[in-house]
Amino acid sequence: MSSRDIMLATIRHAISRPAPDGLPAVPPPGDLPAYRRRLDATGPEIVDRFLERLRDYNVHVEVLDSEAAVIAAATARLAALGLDRLVIPADLPAAWRPAGVTLVEDQALDHQTLNAIPGALTGAALAIAETGSIVLDGGRHQGRRALTLLPDYHLCVVFAGQLVGLVPEAMDQLGRHPARPITFFSGPSATADIELDRVVGVHGPRTLDVLFVTGPTQPREF
Amino acid sequence: MRVSLFITCINDSLYPHTGQAVVRVLERLGHEVVFPEGQSCCGQMHHNSGYAPEAVAMVRQFVEIFREAEVVVVPSTSCTAMIRTQYPHLARHVAKDAALLEAVEALVPRVWEFSEFLTRKLGLTDVGAYYPHRVTYHSSCNSLRSLGLGDGPLTLLRHVRGLDLVELPNNTECCGFGGTFAVKNAETSTAMLTDKMRHILSTNAEICTAGDNSCLMHIGGGLSRQRTGVRTVHLAQILASTAEAPLA
Amino acid sequence: MSNATFTSRAAKSLRNSQLRRNINKATTTIRGKTARVTAELPDWEALRLAGREIKRSTLAELDKHLIALEESVTRAGGTVHWARDAAEAREIVVRLTKAHNTDQVIKIKSMTTDEIELNPALEGAGIRPYETDLADMIVQMGREKPSHLLVPAIHKNRVEIRDLFRDQMGSHGEGLSDRPTDLTKAARAYLRDKFLETRVAISGANFAVAETGSVVVVESEGNGRMCLTLPDVLISIMGIEKVLPRWQDLEVFLQLLPRAATGERMNPYTSIWTGTVPGDGPREFHLVLLDNGRSKILADEVSRETLHCIRCSRCLNVCPVYERAGGHAYDSMYQGPIGAIVTPQLKGLEEAGSLPYASSLCGACHEVCPVKINIPQILVHLRGKVVESKRETALGKLSGENMAMQVASRLFNNQQALEWSLWAGRLGQKLLTRDGVMPWLPPPLSGWTLSRDFPALPEQSFRDWWKQRENGK
Repeated sequence: MSSRDIMLATIRHAISRPAPDGLPAVPPPGDLPAYRRRLDATGPEIVDRFLERLRDYNVHVEVLDSEAAVIAAATARLAALGLDRLVIPADLPAAWRPAGVTLVEDQALDHQTLNAIPGALTGAALAIAETGSIVLDGGRHQGRRALTLLPDYHLCVVFAGQLVGLVPEAMDQLGRHPARPITFFSGPSATADIELDRVVGVHGPRTLDVLFVTGPTQPREF
Repeated sequence: MRVSLFITCINDSLYPHTGQAVVRVLERLGHEVVFPEGQSCCGQMHHNSGYAPEAVAMVRQFVEIFREAEVVVVPSTSCTAMIRTQYPHLARHVAKDAALLEAVEALVPRVWEFSEFLTRKLGLTDVGAYYPHRVTYHSSCNSLRSLGLGDGPLTLLRHVRGLDLVELPNNTECCGFGGTFAVKNAETSTAMLTDKMRHILSTNAEICTAGDNSCLMHIGGGLSRQRTGVRTVHLAQILASTAEAPLA
Repeated sequence: MSNATFTSRAAKSLRNSQLRRNINKATTTIRGKTARVTAELPDWEALRLAGREIKRSTLAELDKHLIALEESVTRAGGTVHWARDAAEAREIVVRLTKAHNTDQVIKIKSMTTDEIELNPALEGAGIRPYETDLADMIVQMGREKPSHLLVPAIHKNRVEIRDLFRDQMGSHGEGLSDRPTDLTKAARAYLRDKFLETRVAISGANFAVAETGSVVVVESEGNGRMCLTLPDVLISIMGIEKVLPRWQDLEVFLQLLPRAATGERMNPYTSIWTGTVPGDGPREFHLVLLDNGRSKILADEVSRETLHCIRCSRCLNVCPVYERAGGHAYDSMYQGPIGAIVTPQLKGLEEAGSLPYASSLCGACHEVCPVKINIPQILVHLRGKVVESKRETALGKLSGENMAMQVASRLFNNQQALEWSLWAGRLGQKLLTRDGVMPWLPPPLSGWTLSRDFPALPEQSFRDWWKQRENGK
C-alpha cells in the first residue's frame, strides 16, 4: 500500500467510530449566528473607513477626483521622492504614465534587473475598507508578483469602484479567478522580532503610496 | 424553597464556618435548608488530576443523593463548575453511560452556586448583611469563565452595609491555585500567587473574599506566610454577618 | 528521553528576570491589541463559531477533502506528496531538493518544518537551510530553540542579536549598531542576496482550499512573498488538518487569524497561490501532506478539536503559566496552552507527560481561542491518559499520588471512614500546627508549604455541627 492509501485508511478509521451504545449523538450546533458578509455602510462611509485605515498604516494616500489627475499626481509624488525610474506592467494605461521618469515595461525582466529598479507603478484588483487592504491578483494593470516585490517603492492606483467593505466581499470577487496568484497588502511590511520594537519595512517595498481615484470609475474587470 | 445543601469536602472539613454561614443566610431569607446524608466530594480533585474513573464514582454518588432535590446550592464556584461542565462530560466520555448522562442532565439545571442562587434564582441584590470592613473581591476563574457569574457577587457585596469595597487590580487573572497544580508546579504557582498578593496588598483591604475556599486557602496561605495581616473570608460569611449578629 | 520536566525547566525560567520582563512586555502588548481589534468587530463571536464549525465538519470528512485538494493541486500544475510521519516528510523534501542540484534552500517560518526537524536532515544531506523570518533567523544563528510561536526570539536582547549578526552576516554585519532598525536593514540586505540566488524555497501553509487547490501563507515581513515568488521550486509542507473545503471558508479564517494572532485587522502580507502560473512565480510546486500523529488525535473524540488550531498563539498571550514559565519550559516548538496539548499528543506521553499538568486550568485560553478549542478539557483528558499508562505498571500503582487518590476516593465513599480520618488528622496535625496553621508539610505536600501555610483542621466539621444542631432541635 502507498503512503497515500495508508494515510487515507487511517483517517477513515479515525473518523468512522460510532458513538458508544445507547449514547445520544453530540447534538449538532443550532442555527449559527451569521457573520457579516457585507458592510452595512454608505459609499462615502466605506471610502472614509478605507482612507482612515491607510493612514493608520502610515501609507501616503492622495485622493484624486478623476482618473485624469493620475499623471500629474504621480509625477509630483515621484519628483518629491526623487525617483527617476519605475517598472510598470506592459498593460499600464497611457493615462497613468507619469512624465519625467524612465518607465521600464516588464517584458519578462530577470530578477536581478527588477531588483535594481527603485520603484513600481501598478493598479490593483480591489481594496478592502475594513482592513485597509489592497489586493493584487496579477490581473489587468498589475503585473506579476515579482514586479511589486523587488523594487523598494510601490505606487498603486486604486479606484473607489474597486473598494469593498469586508473580507467576505473581497473573497467573493477574488473567487471568480481563484487560480490567479493573489497578494493582500495591509500596510507596509513590519517586524517586532527584536525586543518588540516595531520596525517598519523589512522585505519588499518599504514604501507604499496610494493614488485613490474617487471620480468616474474605471470599468471593473475580473 | 427547600434547599439541599451540597457543602463540598473542603468546606466540610476545613471551612465549616462557610457552610454555617450559608445556612444562616438561606434561613434568614425564609428558606428551608436540608443537608442530605452521605454526600462527600464532587470529584473535582480526582477528575482534574486524571483519575476519571474515580471521579465517575462521585458523579454517581452525587446524582443518587440529590436526584430528588428541588434545588441544590453549592458554596464553591469550582465545585459547581465541576458539576455543571464536567459531569455531562464524564457520563458521556468516561462512564459511557446513557442513563447516568440522562440523570446528570436532568439534575444539573437545579444546581446553583451560592451567590448565583441568590442573584439569579432568587433575584436578590440585598440580603440584609452588615460587615464594616474594607474588602476586596477575587473573582475565581470558575466564577468568571466556567459559570459566567459576571458582576453578580460584586452586586451582593455592594449592598452590604458598612462594607468598603475596593476593586482588585488585574482581577481576571488566575491566583495560581489550580488544585494539584499548586503542588506539582509549586514554583510557577507561587509566582502567580506572588502577583495576586501584590495586587491584594495594593488595595489596602483588610479582607480578601471570593466564592471559593480553594482559591482562598491558597491566597490566604500565602498572606499568612508573609504575615501581611490580610485575612481571607468566603463571600457567604460576609453575607451572613448582620448588625445584630456581626461575624468577623 | 530526558529527565527534565516542565516543572524543572520552568524553575529555570522563573529565576531569569530579564526573560520574564520580556515575556511580560510581549504578552501584555499583544493582549491589549488583540482585545481591541476583536472587540471592534460586531460579529467576532459569530466568526469564532463559524470557524469552529468549519473545522469540525471538515475533520469529520477529512479523507474526502484531502483527496479533493490533491485533485485540485494536481490540476493546477502542482504535485502532492503524502507523508505518514516526520521521517517520510524529511525524505521527500531532501529528495526533491537534491533533484535540483542545489546546496541551499530558503525557508519561510513554518512550525511544521520545525516539528519534523527538517533543518538537521537538510544539513545532513549537505543542504544549508536559511530561515528568512527575522526571529527564526536569529534563533537559527544562535543555535537555539524558539520560545514563542509568533515571537520566537523574545528571549534575546538587541546586543546579543547584534553580536550574532556581526559574527555571521559577513560584510552585512560589519560595524553594525544594536538599533533594531539597523539590525533589520542588515537582515534585509543579507537576505536579499539569498532570495535572489536560491532556487528552492520551503514553506508551511496556513490554509489550503480543497475545491481550488489554493494555498495560503499569512505573514508580516515580506520574506514569505520573496520565498513564494522568486525561486524556481517551491515545496510547501502542511499538516493534514489545514485543509478547508471551500474557497468561501477563507473569508472566516482571514478575519480570525490576524486579529487573534498579532492584533492586526489584517497582517501586512497574505499570499494565495494555486499550483503554478506561467511567467509568475515558481515553475514547480510540491505540496507535502503530513500526518505525523494527527490521525491519532483525530481518532480521539475528546481531543480531536486540538486539530482546529490555526496557530495564532493567542492562548500563549493570555496564559498566566506561560507568562511566568516561558516558552522554553515546554521544550517544543509548540508552547503555552496549545503546546501543552499538542506536544504530548505528537511526541507521546512518555516524552512529554509533564505538559498536561502545566496549567492551573484557569480557562483563559479557552475563553479567547478564535476557534474555541476547549484546552482545559483536553488537558484533563490527557492527564487521564498519563494516569492510565502509569497504572499499567506496578511502580505506578504504588506511586504516592495513586495511593492518595485511591484512599481519598474510598473515604469519600465511606462516611464513617471519612469521619475517622478527620479525627485522626486533627490528632496528627497537633505536632505541625502553629497559630492555627501548618507552616510545613511533608512531601509530596511540601510543594504547598514552599510558599503557603496550610489551614489546620478545625475541631468540628460542618457535618458534625449540622448533626449537633439537628439533635438539639
